[in-house]
Amino acid sequence: MGNNVLEHSAASEIFNKDTERVGWHDETLWFVRSKRDKAAHQIQDWELLRETASAIKNHGLSNLHDYLIQFEQNALNNGVQVHWAADAAEHNAIVHSILSKHGVKQMVKSKSMLTEECHLNEHLSQHGIEVIDTDLGERIVQLRNEPPSHIVLPAIHLKKEDVGETFHQHLGTEKGNKDPQYLTEAARQHLREKFLTRKVALTGVNFAVAETGEFVVCTNEGNADMGAHLADVHIACMGFEKLIPKREHLGVFLRLLARSATGQPITTYSSHFKKPRPGQEMHIVIVDNGRSNQLGRADFRNSLKCIRCGACMNTCPVYRRSGGHSYHNAVAGPIGSILAPNLDMKQNADLPFASTLCGSCSNVCPVKIDIHDQLYKWRQVLVKEGHATIAKKLSMSAMTFTLSNPKVYQLGGKIGRFMMQLAPFAVNNPLNPWYKQRDMPTPPKESFREWYLKNKG
Amino acid sequence: MRVGLFIPCYVDQFYPQVGIATLELLEKYGCEVHFPLNQTCCGQPMANSGFEHLTGSCNSLFIDNFDGFDYIVCPSGSCTLHIKDHLHAENHQDEPKAQHIRKRVYELVEFLTDILQVKDLKAAFPHKVGLHQSCHGQRGLQLSQMSELNAPHFSKPEELLSQVSGLELVALSRKDECCGFGGTFCVTEEAISVRMGQDRVKDHQQQGVEYITGGDMSCLMHLEGILKRQKSSIKVVHIAEILNSK
Amino acid sequence: MRLLGSPSSILFSKNSIMSSRDKILKAIAKNQPSLVALPSLNGLGNPTEDIVTQFKTILSGIGGQVIEIEQITDIAAFVQKHFAPNARIISTLPELSAIAETNWQNEDPHTLENVDFAVIKGHFGVAENSAIWLTEELLGQRVSPFIAQYLGIVINKNDILPSMQEAYQRIGQAEYGFGTFLAGPSKTADIEQSLVLGAHGARGLTVFLVAS
Repeated sequence: MGNNVLEHSAASEIFNKDTERVGWHDETLWFVRSKRDKAAHQIQDWELLRETASAIKNHGLSNLHDYLIQFEQNALNNGVQVHWAADAAEHNAIVHSILSKHGVKQMVKSKSMLTEECHLNEHLSQHGIEVIDTDLGERIVQLRNEPPSHIVLPAIHLKKEDVGETFHQHLGTEKGNKDPQYLTEAARQHLREKFLTRKVALTGVNFAVAETGEFVVCTNEGNADMGAHLADVHIACMGFEKLIPKREHLGVFLRLLARSATGQPITTYSSHFKKPRPGQEMHIVIVDNGRSNQLGRADFRNSLKCIRCGACMNTCPVYRRSGGHSYHNAVAGPIGSILAPNLDMKQNADLPFASTLCGSCSNVCPVKIDIHDQLYKWRQVLVKEGHATIAKKLSMSAMTFTLSNPKVYQLGGKIGRFMMQLAPFAVNNPLNPWYKQRDMPTPPKESFREWYLKNKG
Repeated sequence: MRVGLFIPCYVDQFYPQVGIATLELLEKYGCEVHFPLNQTCCGQPMANSGFEHLTGSCNSLFIDNFDGFDYIVCPSGSCTLHIKDHLHAENHQDEPKAQHIRKRVYELVEFLTDILQVKDLKAAFPHKVGLHQSCHGQRGLQLSQMSELNAPHFSKPEELLSQVSGLELVALSRKDECCGFGGTFCVTEEAISVRMGQDRVKDHQQQGVEYITGGDMSCLMHLEGILKRQKSSIKVVHIAEILNSK
Repeated sequence: MRLLGSPSSILFSKNSIMSSRDKILKAIAKNQPSLVALPSLNGLGNPTEDIVTQFKTILSGIGGQVIEIEQITDIAAFVQKHFAPNARIISTLPELSAIAETNWQNEDPHTLENVDFAVIKGHFGVAENSAIWLTEELLGQRVSPFIAQYLGIVINKNDILPSMQEAYQRIGQAEYGFGTFLAGPSKTADIEQSLVLGAHGARGLTVFLVAS
């Protein structure tokens, strides 16, 4: 683990100290999962849609090289400037250079997890450029100097009291007023002024279409559109996996995205940007940052199918009870845990272990990524690569167990001993984490084996 | 038919009554049941911790023990799933044996409903019961429909429990949420594991159950640990014990 | 250093011999899996029979409203009822020139900042999600449906399609610089999942369904 980064388990332990708040966080996200279920169950061809979306993405990944060239060519023909960034640093430098070219020191930005991944805001701020996040949730966490805790619901870890206090401090709202309607209105007024005065707007990209060179940005608030249509320069940043082959495929993905994310039938705005408006400059930055490497990992490449709906987070019983920040990665939750080790194996070695492998994530995934199987596979890779923090953690209880239980020690020879070392619930010892909040099973008079030998042997 | 009885290590050590109930049930329905004495563990705790590459000798031992049976039956969805997905022979010529085992290994409930096609259980359990779906049994082996999917409802454990006289099965508010056991997760992520278990227990408590049952003793052991710490009167009982109750 | 690149790669490489573009594409070509087929989109859709009712139900579920009208000039009555006499109303529809500005299309988009109500025409609606397809030539200015405080969109009653599947069939290879599917008023639930209408875009959406 890197400096000052708490492992998932340690961060979760802190998060779980406030039991009431954990319950609230869990219920809030479960509510979103329930809305998703309701929406999915209203669509007769839901499972076929998922299958189709998955197959389109599989095809897209298998022909990505040609599709990227096709996309680039079409975008150039549409009058859009196309940039390629091998890594986060190059991405940040490209965005900075566009701002510098125009002598601009201020920019509005709509939600882009890619820019979170690349730490763009920090980079630009070091160069004296002010970035205003315009998605309400992102603005809230930006004012609090926190990262988003969820890719779709960035401030889901906060209560309205917290937001009220933040807005009181930064936007001058009434002290103690925590009414969401009032606070949203304050943000609307505050951000409208930014939209009207900023010359450059940066957006993310939900889908980019090879066939046409257009890209689609989905929001509920309208912030991407307010920014882009009022700015002289529109910069859109995308990981290259956002590419889909044809325009008609948007019909499949737009049916799945919002229903999976929040249970809405579609986001309020699904905006298709093809050409800059007259007099406007439009840029697309295509980013790799480890993605081509992930594409080469047969077991993990289909994580690149992700459309960032966040359904796996909402359904994940671990995420709901540990909060997004415990994953110390721009993308949290189950999908984050299979993406993060590709970015930095050492730093993120704990994340694939932050799961019970219950499999609910794979079932809600609209593009059918086998998330829980990949979590299992990452564990194998991480251990082989020497990042087996879990083994170290287990050794104390395992030793205690083996030495304190001769019956089990004798059981089944060497292999059995090794297996049972990894059954740490079997240690009746206050040092054993099992025993902290759970009792031990009562030892029976005889094992099944002994009974069997006596009665059937 | 010759059935090899595969008893998970922690059932052998802590819950022998579950092994006994399983064996008696299978014999009741005419199976010739054998318990290979040299069996130890399926290797799942290791593999789930990232040490699958060290489970080779464990796999060999499993193959030696369970080669040649018509079926291998296990009262645990989790251990069954592990064998189904991950059992491979160390040497190439034994791979057909591993393949045979992977195809022929069944979790107890699905063995009763799909192979033995049990429709008239002579069992009585006059209690209010909550069913805990183990994730590996449900989502892994698909013993029942999963709430995430838009697909028709079915439930193999409920199919059997509905044949038990006097048993009242409650409806939970979250019918298939994970209990948080998760193998080594239960200690490496202790805080979350416990919280998940507490939340599951609460759901059952709110429905007024007397017993929590399920097909995986590992989940039930975790829930039992929490119930006992809370000094709750609710007990856990493996589904084999209910199905074998008179 | 020798320049090894072809003329095209030199065009793209400003600072290095092999540009990031070429490096990325080369890595992708090396790492992408072997080609798998594209799936068919046949069989996808929304088999609902009464698509107009579904459109209305879903729109009201997401905070919008539908008003059925006989002709476009009927919108004048709606405006008089809901907006003050000094409210700024803009429209792209010449039929509404009596009650709305219709000559704002070439102004600086920032000047639309004080628009109270914008009325525009939509291509078609989609029953399964009540989204309406709009493209640049219908918007007057790209920002118009977003910057106005309230929005009205006119569509013909027989221009409602069952699902996004049919929607993209209808769009086909149409040419546009900008287009958007717009469903309901702007909204957010970023504060404790409490739904609030009017985040940054229009606070309300009225869809005027014109009888066929």
